Amino acid sequence: MLPVFRFQHTSSLSLLLCLLTCVIGAPLTPGFASSGNVLNILGMAAPLLILALGQMLVMISAGIDLSGTAIMAVASIWGAQLMQPGLTPLPAGPWLVPLVVVAMPCIGGAFGAANGALISWGRIPPFLATLISMVFLYGLAAWWTRSASIGNLPTEFIALGSQPWIVFPVAATIAILVDRILRRTLYGRWLYALGSNPETAWVSGVAVQQTVFVTYAGAGFLAGTAAILFTAQLETGSPVLGKNLMLDVIGAVVIGGTSLFGGVGRVSWTVGGVLFLVLLENILSLHNLSHFVVMMAKGALILAACLLDSLRRQRKSQ
Amino acid sequence: MTPGLTIRGLEKSFHTIPVLKSLDLDVAPGEILGLVGENGAGKSTLMNILGGHLHADAGAIMLDGEPYRPDSARAALRCGLGLVHQELELFPNLSVAENLLIAGFPTFAGCIRRRQVEQTAARLLQQVGLECSPRTLLGHLSAGQQQLVEFARVLATDFRILLLDEPTTSLSRRETDTLYATIHALAQAGKGIILISHQINDVLTHCDRISILRDGRLVHQGPTQEIDVEMVIQKMTGRTVTQLFPQRDRSKGAHVGRVLLDVQSISQPRTLSSISFQIHSGEIVGLFGLVGAGRSELARVLLGLDRCKEGRVLLEGQPVTGSPRRRIQQGLGLVTESRRADGILAEMSVSENLSLVALPRFCRPVTGSIRQPELDRVVSITRQQLSLQSRLNDQQPMVTLSGGNQQKIVVGKWLINDPKVLILDEPSRGIDVGAKADLYQLVQRFADQGRGVLAISSDLEELIGICDRILVMSLGHLTGEFQADEFQRELIAKAAFAMQLSEPSHRSRK
Repeated sequence: MLPVFRFQHTSSLSLLLCLLTCVIGAPLTPGFASSGNVLNILGMAAPLLILALGQMLVMISAGIDLSGTAIMAVASIWGAQLMQPGLTPLPAGPWLVPLVVVAMPCIGGAFGAANGALISWGRIPPFLATLISMVFLYGLAAWWTRSASIGNLPTEFIALGSQPWIVFPVAATIAILVDRILRRTLYGRWLYALGSNPETAWVSGVAVQQTVFVTYAGAGFLAGTAAILFTAQLETGSPVLGKNLMLDVIGAVVIGGTSLFGGVGRVSWTVGGVLFLVLLENILSLHNLSHFVVMMAKGALILAACLLDSLRRQRKSQ
Repeated sequence: MTPGLTIRGLEKSFHTIPVLKSLDLDVAPGEILGLVGENGAGKSTLMNILGGHLHADAGAIMLDGEPYRPDSARAALRCGLGLVHQELELFPNLSVAENLLIAGFPTFAGCIRRRQVEQTAARLLQQVGLECSPRTLLGHLSAGQQQLVEFARVLATDFRILLLDEPTTSLSRRETDTLYATIHALAQAGKGIILISHQINDVLTHCDRISILRDGRLVHQGPTQEIDVEMVIQKMTGRTVTQLFPQRDRSKGAHVGRVLLDVQSISQPRTLSSISFQIHSGEIVGLFGLVGAGRSELARVLLGLDRCKEGRVLLEGQPVTGSPRRRIQQGLGLVTESRRADGILAEMSVSENLSLVALPRFCRPVTGSIRQPELDRVVSITRQQLSLQSRLNDQQPMVTLSGGNQQKIVVGKWLINDPKVLILDEPSRGIDVGAKADLYQLVQRFADQGRGVLAISSDLEELIGICDRILVMSLGHLTGEFQADEFQRELIAKAAFAMQLSEPSHRSRK
């Protein structure tokens, strides 16, 4: 067995990769180590991390959620609309923004719950169910807004995305919370068990359907939370929010080392995967490579991570 | 040169456990040989060697004087050995004609000649007496009709020896008669035929000679006229008990406490008909039967993995209902028959596997968090009782363990939850003798704490060795109940064939 495979069991290969990228990339890339750029990287990573954590939960259950970004788009436009004077049922005043901040994750959670119900009780394969949701929700978002973005957001809301002292603590708190839930709760244990072998889990008294349902609802909730940060950063509610982000999300989780086949995954791994992807993109952009070259590089990287996963899987089963 | 199939001194072991021991077998052209034996006697292994799925460790096989050692199913067929499997190996999404000729379509310039395919298929269907259009989708046929298609598929090939493994399990009487008529016609045409079957009546009626396998050895071989059903059963089962089993006081009433589990006329269409029995505290009850008798189905119904139409189950007087999770909370447990499929979490660690069932009991109500120190303590106590290898690490993934250790851990995960009644389905399948002995000790200690055990097994010696009482199922019916002082192999084995003996007219098994 190659040392790499053994290493990835015990600790996070992706965090090491991040460190390596920084050490090698920083001296070679002018402007990389500036405080502005570091904040920029972390600002990009925070919402992506929240979205990726939801994807990771789903992937531990041996499923996949293709609708995360679409849920984000709907949460984004509905959240933005709730803050438009004259269009909102909410009362104007100091409580408007806090109410919206609560409402957006709940909108996401509701659509995630719909996914969960389709998959656990409707017995539709996760790939299909969430693909249908993605098409439906992007359609809904475009139809609702007539494909127009909703601007004119309150400054208090926009501040949520631009203030590092809000963005990072929020992302860090969520990451620690998800980590605790995975490691310390009955739900977490059941999630790993059913991802590893749903038949064994079912025979052993695991509430398989309920656990799957909660997982997709949770992923939706996290997508709604990520939508707050993305919407605030863009300063508009966008019906096409995150349309090209899906591969980044899945890719970050896979680079982290979470298995595509379920039962394996850690929060720290996903943190590393997200940071690595963002770092790489940032460095390549600073070298003035075109957006398309960056896309190709990301594709190749995610491919490598997937191959590593399937190779590790084969070795294990022998 | 001897025509036909000649097997001399065939040996095969799996992981140092011998399955076939110096086996000799002959089939002459034009002869029908019946091969019978208990589950695990070595029939399937012999078939897999002949079919090219396995290689023998020692011994020689000659086919019409030529050495025969196929590397694949295709190679076996090329040498002239046709195989009809018990498990249907057909494509439900293709038509009957396509299924029949899948191995080699007649083609013209790379295109399949549909008309010729259908003509050939129609001829084959007629031969096996199946009335349906070759264009029918295979998935639309009944199980019995599909079995006939499987048979017809072999007829399309050019074989000299035909091997049939339980070819009539889902056939009606009329279909069975047609099948045997075809087999007789093939024999008259000079083909050698080996028929493996649990239907001893049929074997005695239709075969020229019978060979009886027990523990990988040939214990009897001779013309079918010279033997009857009861002698066959006796020869199939008679064995001596070894010192594998723990000492146990089995005088009458030694283990009959209050009633723990009360099963009242459980029925499920086609598999279970009105099964009723009781298990008392401290009692180990065995459930014997042939494969397909409905024992595993009964176990699955008891735990709520499958629904049942009628009947009810009481545990200490309380009705047991709902999902497996609720039944486990009420005090049931089930070690399933296939460890890999639904017994273990293969990539996860020993301690994670051990704690899986008991997790909800160590869960704080509001936050849902696990009381880890308490759980760890209980896991380590149970782990010590399992007599696992000492060098085994708690964080080791399950896949790296031997079958015996895996099975102990599967049993252990139920013991941690302290069920009132534990059902064990084929608990010693595929594990070595030492692990078996440990397992029997474990089961006995569990029962001695006033718990009930239902042990399902196809190994009669095992049940006689550990049980206080043995129930027997045959074709979904409960056909026998034996107290410890009445354990007689022949009577118990006879009860397992009871539905076949009482109704000589053939019944479908599923």
